[in-house]
Parts: sequence; C-alpha cells; structure tokens
Amino acid sequence: MITKIANFFTSLKLTVACLSLAMVLVFVGTLAQVKLGLWVAQEEYFQSLFGYWSPGDTGLRIPGFPGGYLLGGILLINLIAAHCKRFELSRKKIGIFLVHAGLILLLLGQFFTELFTVESTLTLATGETRNYSEATRATELALIDKSDPQTDKVYSIPDSRLRNETLIRDDSLPFQVQVKNYWPNADLAREPLQASLPPQATEGFGRNLHVVPLPKVSSMDERNLPSALVEIFGPDGSLGTWLVTTLSTQTQSFTHDGKTYALALRFKRYYTPYSFTLIECRHDLYTGTSKPKNFSSLVRIRSPETGEDREVKIWMNHPLRYAGLTYYQYQMGQGGPDGIAPHTVLQVVRNPSWLAPYIACTIVGLGLLVQFLMHFVNFTSRRRHGSRPSGRTGDKRKRQMAGRQDSRSPAPVAEPLTTLAKSVPTARRSA
Amino acid sequence: MKNLKHRTPWILVALLTLWVVASLRPPSNESGYDIAEFGRLPVLLNGRVKPLDTVARNSLLIMQGRQGVYLTEVKWYERLLGKRPEKLKPIEWLLTVLFQPEEADQLRTFRVEHPDIQGILGGESQGLVYYSFNQLTNHLPEISSQAEQIRENKPEAQTRTSRETDLLHLFDSIILYHRLKNTVKPEGTTDFAAELASYESIIGPGLAALHLSESGEEHNAEDLQRMAAFFQRYSVLEGAAYPLIVPPLDPAHAREDWKNIGTSLKESLRNGELHPAVRHYAAMATAYAGDKPPDFNRALTQYRDWLDEQEFFAEIKKGQDEFSYNLLAPFYRGMVIYIGALLLGCAFWLNWSGWLRRSGLALLILGFVIHSIGLIFRMVLEGRPPVTNLYSSAVFVGWGIVLLGILLEALHKGGIGIVTAGIGGFVTLIVAHHLSLSGDTMEMLQAVLDTNIWLATHVVIITIGYASMFLAGLLAIIYILRGVLTRSLVPETAKALAKMVYGVICFATLFSFVGTILGGIWADQSWGRFWGWDPKENGALLIVIWCALILHARWGGLIRDRGLMVLAIFGNIVTAWSWFGTNMLGVGLHSYGFMNKAFVWLMIFNVSQLLIMGLGLLPKHLWLSFRQHSPEHTPGSGGGVQPSPQEG
Repeated sequence: MITKIANFFTSLKLTVACLSLAMVLVFVGTLAQVKLGLWVAQEEYFQSLFGYWSPGDTGLRIPGFPGGYLLGGILLINLIAAHCKRFELSRKKIGIFLVHAGLILLLLGQFFTELFTVESTLTLATGETRNYSEATRATELALIDKSDPQTDKVYSIPDSRLRNETLIRDDSLPFQVQVKNYWPNADLAREPLQASLPPQATEGFGRNLHVVPLPKVSSMDERNLPSALVEIFGPDGSLGTWLVTTLSTQTQSFTHDGKTYALALRFKRYYTPYSFTLIECRHDLYTGTSKPKNFSSLVRIRSPETGEDREVKIWMNHPLRYAGLTYYQYQMGQGGPDGIAPHTVLQVVRNPSWLAPYIACTIVGLGLLVQFLMHFVNFTSRRRHGSRPSGRTGDKRKRQMAGRQDSRSPAPVAEPLTTLAKSVPTARRSA
Repeated sequence: MKNLKHRTPWILVALLTLWVVASLRPPSNESGYDIAEFGRLPVLLNGRVKPLDTVARNSLLIMQGRQGVYLTEVKWYERLLGKRPEKLKPIEWLLTVLFQPEEADQLRTFRVEHPDIQGILGGESQGLVYYSFNQLTNHLPEISSQAEQIRENKPEAQTRTSRETDLLHLFDSIILYHRLKNTVKPEGTTDFAAELASYESIIGPGLAALHLSESGEEHNAEDLQRMAAFFQRYSVLEGAAYPLIVPPLDPAHAREDWKNIGTSLKESLRNGELHPAVRHYAAMATAYAGDKPPDFNRALTQYRDWLDEQEFFAEIKKGQDEFSYNLLAPFYRGMVIYIGALLLGCAFWLNWSGWLRRSGLALLILGFVIHSIGLIFRMVLEGRPPVTNLYSSAVFVGWGIVLLGILLEALHKGGIGIVTAGIGGFVTLIVAHHLSLSGDTMEMLQAVLDTNIWLATHVVIITIGYASMFLAGLLAIIYILRGVLTRSLVPETAKALAKMVYGVICFATLFSFVGTILGGIWADQSWGRFWGWDPKENGALLIVIWCALILHARWGGLIRDRGLMVLAIFGNIVTAWSWFGTNMLGVGLHSYGFMNKAFVWLMIFNVSQLLIMGLGLLPKHLWLSFRQHSPEHTPGSGGGVQPSPQEG
C-alpha cells in the first residue's frame, strides 16, 4: 500500500498529468481575466484549491477544476518525493538536480510571497509630507485619541471584522463599536436617489447623506469605496451613530471624558518611523506626442531615528529600497485648474521573500545550462567519432530499459538526456 | 556541366550580393530634383528624428500597404512576362504631396479593401482597390460622418466589424494625407516664398498697430487686419501640419524642441523674423511649384549648409543612415533570398544532388548575413537592443530560426535545416511586414519599457525561446508530412529529426524559462511584483510548462518519437498564443498592440497545426514511410530512396 502511494507521488505520469492540468488552468485563468478582471480571476483560479462553478443564481459553489494552490502543491510533493526516492550524487544528474532544486525554491518562494507580501501606495502632493502608506483595497475603522498633543494614539479595526456587522468588543478599545451596516462599495448623495437608503446617522456629516449601495467592482482601474454606519458605546451607553466612509477624507470627532477622539473609515495605513516629502514630480512626454517618456519623483526622506535627511529620485525601473520596503514609481497626477497640486503615487511593497526568485532563477538557469551543454558536448563528440561503431552500447541500453519495463517497475525515468542520446544508434553518413 | 554545378552556389551568392549592393545606389530623378538629398533631410515625428524618406514610406504603408505609388497597374501575369509598372518612389510622391498637392490628389494612394466601402465610392476605380484623393472628394462628408458614428458607438476596437475597421482606416488615411499636404505650406499656395515675404513685411507695422489699438490710440486698421489674417491662416496650419520640420534655434539647450511650420510662423510674431529653416523650405516650395530644379537644389543645399552650421550633425547623420537603411530594405531582400533557399532545399529532397543542397545552404547563409546586417543597422539607428516591439520581435524570431537552422544543417546534412530555416525566415519576415503597416517600426518606447538592460536580456532571451519553439514545431511538421505523405522518412532521417526536435525543445526550455524568470525580475524591479498573472506572463508560463510536459512525457516513456512530434507541433500553437494571442485580449499591462485582422490569421494557423497533428496521430501502417520499413528501424533499410546527400 505504502509503496503504491509512494509510487503514485513519485511517478512521472503524475508530473505530466499535473502539467497538463496546469496548462488548462493558466489558459482558462487568462481568458477569465477579460470578464472578471485581473484580481478576481487571480483569486479564483490561481490562489485557490479549486476552481468553483456556480450554476445560475443558485448560489451553489461546486468545486470543479483543481486550482493553482492544489496543482502547485501536488507538483511540489511530486518533485520532492521523486528526488528523495531517486536522489543520487552523480555528475550526469547534477543539472537535473539543480533545475528541480531551483524550482522547489521558486514555488516555495512564490507561496511565501503570496502569504507575506504587503502592498500599499504612498500618495504625495508636491510639498506634502507623510509617514504612512495606504492599502489599495483593505480598509480600517480608525479611532484616534487626540488628547496627547505630541502623538496620536490610533485604534484600528480591520474591515474583515466590520464586514460581519456585529458588536465589536475588545479590551484594548476604549469603546464598544456596533457596526450597523457595512457597504463594500457605495456612493453618497445629498438627495434621495433610486435605490438609495435614507440618512441614519445621528452625529457628524452623515446626518443628511443618503447611501447608494453599489455592486463590487473587479477591474484593475476601478476601486471599491466602502462606507459603514457605526454606533459607539461608552461605559454609560450610546454616544451616537456615525456614517463613516472612504469617500471623504474629512474626519469626524467627538469628545468623551474630556478627551477628543477622531473617527474615520479609511484605507488601511501602514506607518513608518520615517517620512517622505515630495519635492517635485515630473511627467515628460516625447516631443509632439502624448507618449510618456518618463515619470520621476524627487522625494526627501527624513528619519528622526537615524538622523537621516536626504533627497532621492525614484523613477521608472529605478525603485528605492529602504528599510525593508521597496518604493516604485507607480502613477502620476498632474495639477488641475481647481487648485489640485501635482501629485505622485508610489507603490510600496514589503516582500520578505523577494530574493527567492533571484536565487531560484540562478540555480535553475545554471542547471539547464549544465544539462544542455552536457547534451550538446555529447552530441557533437559522438558526431566527431561518428565512424566508431557505437550501436552496441545503444542496444544494450535498449535491452536494459525494456527489462525494466517488463519487471513492472515504475516507468523508466531519469538520466533523460544522456540515456536518450545513447539509445539512438548513430547514423552513419554514406561516403 | 559538373563544373558548373560545382560553382552554382558561388554564382548565386555573387549575383544576389550584387542585387543587394546595387540597392544602395541613391535614387535619381529625371527632372533634375535632388530627391536623394531631400529624402535625407531630418525631421521630428512620433518623438524621434527621422529622414523625410521614412515619413514618406511609413505614410504610404499606412495608407496603401505598399511603398511605391503606381502610376500604371500591371497584372500579375504581365509581370511574369517582364512588364514593369511605372511608379513613383516614396520620396518623389512626398515631394509632390508637400509642394504640389493638386497633382498628388490625382495619384491613387488610398487602399480600400471592403467591397461595401468600394460600393459607396462608386465604380470610378476601374476595378482597382486603390483610389486617388480626387476620387474620394465627393464622398468625404459621408466617410467622415460614418467614421464619427463608429467611433462614438464602438469606442473599443475589438467590437468593430471589418467594414467599420476598414472605413476608419480610410478616414484616418485621409486625415494623414491632409496633414501631409499642409506640412510645408498652406495647401493651395503657389508662391510660398512671396507670401512669407509679405508676412514678414507686415509683422512690424502690424505689431505697432496692435500695441496702439491695445492702448486705445489711433492705429492703422488695415495693417492690423492683414497681420490678423496671417495669424489666423498659420493657426490653421499649426493644427494641420504633420511632421515637425523646423529644428530648434538653440540646439545646445533644447535639442528636441522641434516645431511644425505653423507654430514657427506664429512665433515669428514675437521677434519679427522668420526661422531660417522656414525660409529655405519656402524657397524649395516656390522653386518646385515653378518647376525650377536648379533653384530647388540651391535652396536645399543652403538649408543643408545651415543645418551644418548649427551643428545638427547627429540629426543629419541619422537622416543619412536611415535613408540608406530604407534603400537597403534588408528584411525584404532577406525574405526573397530565403524563398530561394527554401526552393533549393525542396528541390534537393526531390533528387538528392549535392549541388542543390550546397546552393540552398549558400543562399540561406547569404540571407542570414543580410538579415543580421538589417538587425544590427536597426539597433544602431535606434540605439536599442534588437527587440523593442512586436514588429522587431517577428524579425528577431526569424533570425533565431535561421541561425538554429544553419547550425542544424551543419550537424546533419540532409537539407532539413535549409527547409526549416527557409520557411521560418520567410514566414516571420512576412509577418513582420504586415506588422509594419501600422506605421513607424522604430517608435519610441513607453516610459516603463525604456530600459536597455531588460530589453537586452528578458526580451531577447524570451524571443529566442519563441524562435526555438517554432523551429521544433517546424521540424516536427517535416517529420510528419514526410513520414505520412512520402516514403522519404527513412529510419536514419526519422531518428535524426527526433534527436533534433528533442534537442531544440531542451534549448527552448532553457531560454523560455530563463526569459520568463527574467521578465518576473523586471516586473519586480519596475512595479514590485515578481509575478502578476498578467496575460503575457501567463503566455510565457504556458510555453515553459509545455516544454516541461514534453520532456517529462518523453522521459517517462509516455510518448515516443511520433508523440514527441505531435506535442512539438502543439508547441507552435502555444507559442503563437503567447506571442500574439495574449495581445488580443486587451487586458493587462502588456497589451500594447491589438490586431483585429491578425486574429483571423492566428486561427487559420492554429487550425492548420491541429490538422497536421491529426495527420501525425494516424496509425503507423498508414504512414507511407513506415509501411515500407521493418519496425525494428534497422539502419540502412532505406530501400530505393537515397537519404544522404551525395557530396560533390
């Protein structure tokens, strides 16, 4: 039984089957992007165990096709198992071994990247200073204790908890928060509109605002803008109900126990112990065209911790790696007539495993090169000695391989390049 | 006779080399205008400096899909009898358009393909698909209103029908033509130099009158009105003029600050003086309109001298070099030579005489040399690695296939390398030609692509991967076609082909994998994401997976030679999808060129590959080649067919 399982997981047939399924998955996942947009297609096809099929409006989710995680996982097991079983240190196999070791590293590296990468954006208008970047999709409800004039104390509730629309109680929070409604994407209106909900807030700017729930969007150039209705409870009961929204940057505040608190639903912030100031951003076009030639941002980094204070230019293909984060030139906005200053958007990525693909690529490339060169040298040297009768060795090999098949051992494997090359009787040129 | 056969390769190479070298002779014009020198003049268009000759060629390619302007049409069978059509060279045509537009209006330069549109335009076209501007004038309101409608109703190119695409193309061509006509002077002017003289004389009094009128004092209303009329005329010209022909006056500081003639004329109001380039162009315009070649050539020389004085050396050199490149047309000539090599290779398979093979190989190498010269020439002109856009990727894929084909032919002297390389080189250069119809093939690069390191590594390596995938597929096609349809696939050849396909796939795996990973690293460098599941990335991944699948299936004994061939042909489909198909989806960061018509061709290609795969799956006893041989594949059982070349 165990041998059977081992044979199954180490077989080349499994590899070929998984690779075939991977072909289909990647192709279908690519086509799906046309309809679903990149993010959703990516989550449904590649970052999942199964591709689900939802017939009609039944709401059923029937697991059908194996997803990226499942196929990647099986391939990884297959790869590792096959190597454990057949590992032998020989000159002939070093290339193949390197290739697969590199692949294991690459797959693992990508897996960890998916798990641990944090992406956010840093938007800066000219002259503006910020010490935080914002998530592009994740939001948070921030409760900010403003009583200390030096620093603010920020309590943050992630949107994963807001979505449940329940009472949030936590010892670390100064209040209890009842999430009455959470809209993943919504618009606000001053007048009632079709499908809009009447104002429900008792405090803040939301008292006269109608909420228009919108369907979630998925394409790359659109963004969901959530809103929520929350009621805050102090020890003595309700302090009021607020409409909080990512549509506005205006904060709402209230006073309790002599302390002032600010309240906002905003894109999740990642604070850094240093700040960036945008000195200048440039957006050059080629003469006589509307084709972008270059985007660049000149920023000043100031870190009170290290005493650093310097200017740095970030532009296309020239990111800044700083304090474990990488800052890339992402987007650029030109100033408008209505007093909007030119601004830049930097993509901020924290990826602890960013080196993995670099190392993996080197290992695999090296392995392929070794294997290819060995094959090539073998091939040309046999050609050079083409007159030497070498058919016999080939025959012997053939017989060996046939023998293996007969004894019902697992499929003949490995020594791929050299074996194959040798099993072919040398073609002799007629003079 | 034997001697002649022996020398054939050399004679062929000598003749074709002569043909290529002769192309570099600058064109002459019977009427005495120095068209070559005019064609070398640098201008700025699409963000880069190029000679007027390139402007002429690219405009014609966009408008009519070919570079010559035919004055008479000759049927294909008449061509075979040696009858040559009378035609204008691109630069002669541009000269007419710029300086004598009313004559150019009679030349048939607009290609219309769709029968419905030909229907609108009426039967004046004498059964031809080429129309002159004069033939279109009556239909302009109709064309423009339809084009507007299509743009409004179907903003996305993917949703348009072929009639709509064709109509928009015609409309855009008319706009382009209109802009070209207004590049040097307002259309309809006969003596532009005289017009500018009167403009110059009115600037002073006109400005004085303007200042007086602004401060409410008495002024000469006629002067002001005349100046205003000029101003208005040149504002219109500013909106229409196409290439920027006026170089910057201060090249040391603003080298790229070229202007079109309208802008330059308007700016003259500031200092009361005309730009020297404008004067020279005006002198050329007047001379051409008055049919005075010596005056024209003098003005041209004066302008050239002025450019020299202003030290526009780099621009002048660019103009000269690109002009020579255009004359050389290396990829067109390479393509013709590859056809020759292909035919000789096929002929060799019919009677196996060694001189045919050697001649074919000689032509293949000559074609490759010219192809390489073209590639290097382009790289020097652009200052870039070989692949920068879809067009150059096609050129480079062809180059890679031919290079590998020559290597294969050197290793196995059976003509297989010649035929595959001939087909590969010819087809990819045809594809490149069709990709060039969208305009400038040396266009400037988007900001994110503007990095020579990654273009030189990731793009080049992945393109070599494409080339080797196609080569493996081509070899497999030869295996199957020769095996099923002829008796020529003797065991020796079959084994040799199997080895080649296997080796080429290993090579493809190496390059596709490294290229894909390098692409990931570039993505990590430029937008912080190693892998984003973008369609183009997925396409490259598909090639890598497919290669891995073929190799593992072969190692596991799941497939043998025939299986290897069938899978290798499917590799063609995978590669074509990755190369072109992903661009047609219109999503992701790589969708830089959507091609409507190309989709049909991609489908035709895919179906043809599937058919050949089906042929390859036929049971062995239906293969003509295998029917005859014993199944043991004993070497030397080739029967009456002679598989190996007879040397000498």
